[in-house]
Amino acid sequence: MSDIPIPYTVAPRPDTGLNNGKIGIWLFLASEVMLFGALFATYILLRTGATVWPHGREFLNIPLATTNTIVLITSSVTMVMAWYSLKMDRFTQFRIYLGLTILCAFGFMFIKYLEYSHKFELGLYPKTNTFLAIYFTMTALHGLHVVGGACVNAYLWGPGAKLWKTDKEQFTNRVENSGLFWHFVDLVWIFLFPVLYLL
Amino acid sequence: MASTGTTTPHAGHADVHEHGAHDLSFWKKYVFSTDHKTIGIQYAVTALCFLLFGFFLMMLMRWQLAFPGKAIPLIGGLFGEGRAPGGTMLPTFYNELGAMHGTIMVFLGIVPLAVGGFGNFVLPLQIGAPDMAFPRINMASYWFFFLGGVTMLLSFIIPPGGAAQSGWTSYAPLSDIAGSGQTWWIMGMVLLITSSLLGAINFIVTTIQLRAPGLSFFRLPFFCWAQFVTAFLLLLAFPPLEAAGVLQLMDRVAGTSFFLPSGLVVSGQALQVSGGGNPLLWQHLFWFLAHPEVYVLILPAMGIVAEIIANNTRKPLFGYRTMVYSLIFLGFMSFIVWAHHMFMTGMGTTMAAFFQTTTMIISIPSVAILTSLIISLWGGSIRFNTPMLFALAFLPMFGIGGLTGLPLGLNITDIPLHDTYYVIGHFHYVVAPGTIFALFAGIYYWYPKATGRKMSETLGRWHFWPSLLLMNGIFMPMFLTGLAGMSRRLADGGATYAFTKPVLHYNQWSSFSAWGLALFQIPFIINFFWSMKNGEKVDSNAWQSTTLEWSAAGSPPGHGNFKTIPTVYRGAYEYSVPGAAKDFTPQDQRS
Ligand code: HEM
Ligand SMILES: [Cu+2]
Repeated sequence: MSDIPIPYTVAPRPDTGLNNGKIGIWLFLASEVMLFGALFATYILLRTGATVWPHGREFLNIPLATTNTIVLITSSVTMVMAWYSLKMDRFTQFRIYLGLTILCAFGFMFIKYLEYSHKFELGLYPKTNTFLAIYFTMTALHGLHVVGGACVNAYLWGPGAKLWKTDKEQFTNRVENSGLFWHFVDLVWIFLFPVLYLL
Repeated sequence: MASTGTTTPHAGHADVHEHGAHDLSFWKKYVFSTDHKTIGIQYAVTALCFLLFGFFLMMLMRWQLAFPGKAIPLIGGLFGEGRAPGGTMLPTFYNELGAMHGTIMVFLGIVPLAVGGFGNFVLPLQIGAPDMAFPRINMASYWFFFLGGVTMLLSFIIPPGGAAQSGWTSYAPLSDIAGSGQTWWIMGMVLLITSSLLGAINFIVTTIQLRAPGLSFFRLPFFCWAQFVTAFLLLLAFPPLEAAGVLQLMDRVAGTSFFLPSGLVVSGQALQVSGGGNPLLWQHLFWFLAHPEVYVLILPAMGIVAEIIANNTRKPLFGYRTMVYSLIFLGFMSFIVWAHHMFMTGMGTTMAAFFQTTTMIISIPSVAILTSLIISLWGGSIRFNTPMLFALAFLPMFGIGGLTGLPLGLNITDIPLHDTYYVIGHFHYVVAPGTIFALFAGIYYWYPKATGRKMSETLGRWHFWPSLLLMNGIFMPMFLTGLAGMSRRLADGGATYAFTKPVLHYNQWSSFSAWGLALFQIPFIINFFWSMKNGEKVDSNAWQSTTLEWSAAGSPPGHGNFKTIPTVYRGAYEYSVPGAAKDFTPQDQRS
């Protein structure tokens, strides 16, 4: 393979102060902002153009969604703790915190599953009205992101953790980047919750 | 290090045994390669094939436009009774061809060639990097592109609907209720968007992080700047289209009504949907991508042309900094002009005023770049080789395309011109004799770096002059037919309208020119393959150029590009510096 390794994969470049992966993840998040931004814009346009708009609070399950908000915020905290544990060189502790983060993701998806199936039982589908259409589309897309983030975290918890033995710094960076993504997923929910359930 | 053989997938089959020195298997080296040069060539070759395919679709359309209702000669029988009974094209088939020509040319031809091909191959070399920042993501980007392309192609033969028929713009509500091909179109687009997202991140990180020591931003070749800004456009403009694609997919498969208004009547029957959607929403989301996308089609072309002009005038670019600032400004502005495609939607005067103003403003940096390039020619002792001919032709062709765009940016003139052949003429001047010529220029120019040999100048001229003539033969008449009111996307080219009668014969001019253009691509195709083995051998700096890709030893350079990372001491275009030993001073030369 290449005789010259690719520079700044681990250590930051002096003049930018960042390593490659860090810039990469921020750019990725920027594109994600555009993705969800377009969907929120869609929501606003459809709602302002509608003659009648069903209010989410009238038939969505606010207690469940509140629980889910707490679950996700907790998972963001444990995610930070996982990264911090690595910084402090405590690998076992890292495993526990990251494990908790993954469990929270499962919990979130389970609650979401309860909500969805209840709606389906009542005969409320995406095609029922435009509000439900945007509700299902946005929460499902967000759910996909949760699953994606959980998969990455599961990889870092399991097979990916081998890297810790050979390159602590790089492994810590990876966890940090995965964490940034996870916080973003959390943040999207923080917007989705009031917009869909409360307003 | 790889030896000096070609790295194109084609030659790879024959040469793999002689190249055994490298410990990579054939698959790793030529197919699932993580080397940016190989990926660049994969992108370029795949994209050229798609361009050719899109060109074939267009030639069929041109038959229908020139001789509406007449059976397609020779090959008419091949399309089956469902598409062309008795060899005569049905309107639905014309719609398939039109939608797929547009989609393929834009998303599978030009962008992958300009960004995936040239960007990948040239950018890391020009900034003195051993590879892209994320080589495996780079490979993934190519394969997503490939899958997206395959999906689009297969949609032609997947029953029941065939390929998409709602135009490359897929306007709703038509696209919501169109046949199954539209669903495949969305799937294909999602793959392509993923590909370009991965690519864009890679390009930006590479440019920021992997510049060689001493290569400050204002020493970057203009080509790198163009790729850099383009990557930002791809990164930020595509996700809204992805969102729109998801919404349209929901409309089509889950029965939602994002783009379906209440009370929509189709073929005399009320549509059984919940309604409440907004067709204009699709247009907004689509053009929010598609306007920046037109700059994705043009900026890399400007980058290529700038490199070639500086090299062949043996002079520094005029106004390099102005050009760079214009580029950045252009990038920003391209996000706030999109609704100039929507003046017909009754947007109201305030909105229209805003988008007209931004559109006029964005024309300024384009003009600044083009003018700088033209002034760069002043007083140079120009070398008229094939790359330079194509680069020079780009200037007036893009100029015509740009200037004819101004009336389309103003509400009052756009309303009569909207959706006529004038528009088709306008943007094809930008992308066909414009961008495509720049891409040809780039192929002739960097071919020696990829293969160690130059392409034939004689064949190059047989390619260039007829192409220049015929391109104008195709598109110039479109301005006339368009001004006469001939609408676009009509399977009969306007034959049913009385007012188009006096101009319809121009359709035949266009068509014969188009078929002629196809003939004169043959010298290029021959040249491309013949020169791999028989072209004039060149050393690693084939054109006596200053930029770093030519300092990298070998053509192509081995894996890792440079023996040691070069250090940069000067700007990108130090040609004919007074007192210097030669008329070019490479960027990595100390003094
Ligand atoms: C010399 C080559 C080309 C010729 C002769 C040609 C010709 C045509 C024709 C006849 C149409 C159909 C107009 C209609 O029915 O309304 C068309 C549409 C289009 N072409 Fe080309 N074209 C060429 C190259 C390109 C290139 C390089 C691009 C790349 C960006 C491109 C992009 C498009 C698009 C986006 C449409 C609109 C399709 C739609 O209405 O959905 N074409 N072209
Ligand atoms: Cu535009």
